[in-house]
Amino acid sequence: MSETAASMRFAIELESELGEPMLPRPFVVQQTKRETADTATLSLTALDGAPTSFAPGQFTVVGRPGWGEVPISISGDPAHPDHLEHTVRAVGDASRALVGARPGDTLLLRGPYGVGWDVADGVGGNVVIVAGGIGLAPLRPALLQILAHRPRYRRVFLVYGARAPHEMLFTRQLEHWRGRFDIEVAVTVDAATPEWRGHVGLVTSVLPRADLDPDETLALVCGPEIMMRITADALVTNGLPPDHIKVSLERSMKCGVGVCGHCQLRELFVCLDGPVFRYDRVAGLMTAREL
Amino acid sequence: MKDVTQLLAEQPLFSDLGNDMFALVAGCAHNEHFGADDYLFRIGDPADRFYLVRRGLVALELVRTGGSRLIVDTVSNGGIVGLSWLVPPYRWNLDARAVEATSAVSIDAGCLRRKCEDEPRIGYVLLQRVSSALYQRMQAARVRMADVYGVPSDE
Repeated sequence: MSETAASMRFAIELESELGEPMLPRPFVVQQTKRETADTATLSLTALDGAPTSFAPGQFTVVGRPGWGEVPISISGDPAHPDHLEHTVRAVGDASRALVGARPGDTLLLRGPYGVGWDVADGVGGNVVIVAGGIGLAPLRPALLQILAHRPRYRRVFLVYGARAPHEMLFTRQLEHWRGRFDIEVAVTVDAATPEWRGHVGLVTSVLPRADLDPDETLALVCGPEIMMRITADALVTNGLPPDHIKVSLERSMKCGVGVCGHCQLRELFVCLDGPVFRYDRVAGLMTAREL
Repeated sequence: MKDVTQLLAEQPLFSDLGNDMFALVAGCAHNEHFGADDYLFRIGDPADRFYLVRRGLVALELVRTGGSRLIVDTVSNGGIVGLSWLVPPYRWNLDARAVEATSAVSIDAGCLRRKCEDEPRIGYVLLQRVSSALYQRMQAARVRMADVYGVPSDE
């Protein structure tokens, strides 16, 4: 039996057992782009040809047959639902298998799931996007959607922190965004050799200090939890109300549909109620022990 | 053209400082300019001043084993460059290099220390403000030590 046929059969069996929400759809890898030594962006199209609409910040559960599945945020353009992009970092067996996928390979996807950034909340005001490491991937669809409707927003900032210059994602697109006059881009790294002509330090060191009206500013923050907490606290110190800050938790998700309980944070299921939350709703949970 | 007092008043470190305190600090201040790749100071030199960046970018560099250089921090507009002037032996423990054309207000450390010793009230206020910058830098260093962007635990 071919890999694709086996995938289809697996999908049908799952549908009969668990119903539609758990039904994986086969997707074909059209293109892969190596972002860094351990991270790649996969461009996928559905085998059935149907588009996959998604909201920026949503995720799918992706697997390569035989290697298990992992929740991965969608990193592509929501204006192109026929063409799904995922930026994957090789961390374990399942994600390593995804990073190693080649054009023509079949992957199984469930979703999209979860609550996204809902960038409409920022319409009419300023938007500050703060990404750390691979956290730029879930924010990319939000930024693309904002740029597609740029006149609806006032000032737009992208602040991106990475471990080192060679570990930055979407470097060509970052250069493109830097060249635009309608978005202010600041990039910083944790350490660099003297050839680097940019900032070195935490993302908090390059947050916009300009005269932004806090009541008319929305901040979207994604990255490691410690980075999100420090960033959100710095934004609050600068006057931004906590309910104007959104963070993406993405912790410990497995099933993606609120069944397995892996991602439960007290009364919240990250996969159902999130992964994007208002900071005022989760600030306490982000520092709570044993959650 | 703005004089050094006006330039100093624009610096966050000295914003909202009382007139008497501000006048004392301004008496120790100078306006300086650096070209790209000029050094503000080098490791081992006397830490006889510190800088408040008005415009530009300054890299703080360490020399690693083998001689290669590493930028461990940068300071941009409104930031403070140099903290070794606060504590004996008043020697720089890293290099500060202008990454691009940079303008800064420099503060004569000996001058400021003398004024703080004569007026402990002023010294306390200034130390509180510098400590805030120090604290933020220490926190940032700790977070970076945690390698937050490194490979997380297995999925």
